[in-house]
Order: sequence, then structure tokens, then C-alpha cells
Amino acid sequence: MELIIEGITTALKLIFTLDSEVFAVTLLSLKISSIATFLSLLFGLPIGTFLALSNFPGRRVIISMVNTGMGLPPVVVGLFVTIFLWRNGPFGYFEILYTPTAMIIAQTVIAFPIVAGITIASIQALPANLKLQALALGATKCQMLWILLREARLPLLAAVMAGFGGVISEVGASMMVGGNIKGDTRVLTTATVMETSKGNFDVAIALSLILLVLAFSVNYILTVIQQRERPR
Amino acid sequence: MSYLLKVENLQIERGGATVVDVPEFAIKPEEKVAIIGQNGAGKSSFLLGIASLIKRKSGSITFRDKIINSSDELNFRRSIAVVFQEPLLFDATVIKNVMEGLLIRKIDRKEAEIRAKESLELFGITHLAERSAHKLSGGEAQRVSLARAFAAKPELIIMDEPFMSLDLPTRIALAEELGAILHKSKTAVIIATHDRIEAFRIVDRLVVIEDGKIIQQGSPKDIIENPINPFVAAFRRG
Repeated sequence: MELIIEGITTALKLIFTLDSEVFAVTLLSLKISSIATFLSLLFGLPIGTFLALSNFPGRRVIISMVNTGMGLPPVVVGLFVTIFLWRNGPFGYFEILYTPTAMIIAQTVIAFPIVAGITIASIQALPANLKLQALALGATKCQMLWILLREARLPLLAAVMAGFGGVISEVGASMMVGGNIKGDTRVLTTATVMETSKGNFDVAIALSLILLVLAFSVNYILTVIQQRERPR
Repeated sequence: MSYLLKVENLQIERGGATVVDVPEFAIKPEEKVAIIGQNGAGKSSFLLGIASLIKRKSGSITFRDKIINSSDELNFRRSIAVVFQEPLLFDATVIKNVMEGLLIRKIDRKEAEIRAKESLELFGITHLAERSAHKLSGGEAQRVSLARAFAAKPELIIMDEPFMSLDLPTRIALAEELGAILHKSKTAVIIATHDRIEAFRIVDRLVVIEDGKIIQQGSPKDIIENPINPFVAAFRRG
């Protein structure tokens, strides 16, 4: 109990004194996870929409793969991204392993199936004839897709929340592809692991609290938007 | 121009089976036609095929003396309107729903709002304009759906059993209202229906479909006097 109180005290001290290292780690966490969430939306929304609306052989297998990917263990993603970006790996010549870029790639791989999977479910939950109704109103294919995404906007916001929540809190992939390098690739989760292993529980608790507050704040903003949009 | 719309050799397949096989069907400007037939007779597929909303196995559609190619389909769909069995309203206010088709057609927002309000007035639902479309009763929602179709001022409205999901009193009231509106309107109408109240109040011609084929057509009086099968005879009696 004493440890927790000490941790909370340290957290408040670190936050209110604007500790430069903690501030930098928090900012980097937010930056990496936001970019990864944005990229996963960029790929996940169109691919999810395509899979929801199209009909081709093997579609069910691909949707099953996407759904399985929603629970992809971050360490597995970390392992494969590391292999691909390793000096002798297929993309080794980019020399981006142990950089924030590698962490963004790994987190995008983790968030993509979450976003795509929720997009598929959201579009398929719309009335079956809504697509035909949009076309019957004179919509082009692009306008029809926009209408469907607009109609599914509330569950799609849940996709953003789930995607961001999934990557801001993961540690395995970030540790493996980022290396937890101070001032370069250290983020809240990897720093927490390191401080715990060093026995600095007060700092670890402080970092965890900051992580929780960050995740809560982003989700709170998205929830406010979602609930404001909800028809009454 | 003798016909507003004509379809020839229309064949539609679903699940590997031919569900529509109509060698010829045409509708004149301002004509009101009802498609009747049992459940699964192919009425909905026929209407969706006419509206170019589903793939045709074969067949051509001629609209205002012009054969509709794939490149003309968008303009064709913008010349007609379709009302489905369910209202299929968007998650927005009633007025925004009615404006949607007009905005899609790149009509100026102010003009779209004026036309949407006129259409709401036509169906007596001006007071619902700012209400969420998902908070309406079945009858109100279907009125909005009809208002949305009429707001586009189409030359042809295709309706697929638009009152099917409504209770009988609402259905009768709405069929009467729609009948009166269509009577004054110059818009041609093709309406699929199970309901003789709708059919007799609204149309100039009845078309009977069975197994995807037109088996009888004529004025409601002709069809009533010479029913081709027990279904039509039962339809006559209601």
C-alpha cells in the first residue's frame, strides 16, 4: 500500500514539475500510437469496407484471418517486424529497426486488423438494402461508400478507440522493434517495464498512471464525440 | 415518344436460378402500373432489375427512347426514384434525409431545402422536419421515404411493396393519401403490391407475375373479370 501511495505521489510530482524525460516519453508514446492508429484507419477502413461489401471466393477465409488478427499477440508482431527489418532481412536496407518508425510499423500491424474487423462488422450490421437505397438516390459508388461509412460512424469510432487502446498499451512489439532507447524509442510502456525490472516501483507506478490517464483522456474525447452523435 | 421506359428480354439470375424472365414490359409517361404476384414470384427482382440496381443476366432498358448502357446508368438512376419495403432512412433528421438525394444530384443546398420542404408538405409531415429519422413511427418513416422519392421530381417512381411493414389502418390511410397524390402527379409509377387496396386505388394497369414471368396484364377491371389463376381470383376478393 505504501508503495502505491509513494507511486502516486511520485506520479503527481513528475506531472506537476513537468519532468522533461517523462514529458518526452509521454509525447513520443502519444505520437507513435496516434500515427499508427491513423495509418491503421487509412488501410483498415477501405479494406474492411471492401471485405464487407464484396463477394469473391476466399472472402470468408480472409475475414476469418482479419478476425483472428484482432487478437494478434504483440510479441509475435514484434518478432516478425524485427525479422523483416533486421539488417539481413528483406527490408534491412532501410535501417529503421530500433527507431520510432519501426515502432509505428509494428503498432500499425497490431491496430490494422482491429480497425478492419470492426469496420467489417459495422458495415455488415447496416440494413441490407441501404447500399441499394443510396444508389437509388443517384449516388455514385464513391458517394454510396461515403454514405455507408457515415451511417456506421458510431461503431467506427469504437474501432478508433479499440485501435488506439490496443497500441498505446502494448509493450512487446515496441520493446522488440524499438529497443527502449532513452531519448529515442522509449515510450511509457517500455519505460514502465524497465523501471519495474530495476525495482523502481514508484517511478513504474507513476508511468503507469500517466499511461492510464492518457488512454482515458483520448477515449473520453472519442466517447464524447460518439455519444453526442448518438440519435436521441 | 410512346413509352417512357421499355425493357426487353430481361433475365435476372439469383443463386444460379432465373428469377425474372420478361420478354417485354413497357410503361408510358404518367402511367401507373401495379405488379402483383405471390411471395417469391420475382416482383422485387423485376423492379430492382428495371431500376438497374442489380445485375441483369441479359436484357436491355430503354428510357426516353435511349438504350441505357453502363455509362448511362447513373443518369438513369437520377431520373427515377425507388421506394423500398423498409423506409431505409439515414441516421439524420427528417429534412436531411429528404434533401439527401437532391444533394447527391449536386442541387444547390438552398434549392434542395426548398424542394424537401415542399415534399414534406405534400405528405403532411412538415412538423417532423427536425426530428431524428430513427425516432419515427413506421407510418411516419414510410411517409418520409415517399417524400424523399418525390423531392427528386423523378419521371418514374418504382415502389416495392412500400406499405408491407405497416399495420392495416396505417396502410389504408397511406394508400389513400398516395393514391390522391399520384392522381394529381404526372410521375409514372410502378408499384409491387400484395394489397388490392393499394392496387385499385393507385393504378391504370395491373401486371401479374408468376415464377418471374408476366402471365397476365390489363386494366384492373379486365383482370378482375378474367382472373388467370386462383391467386388473381383471391386478390380480386381481397
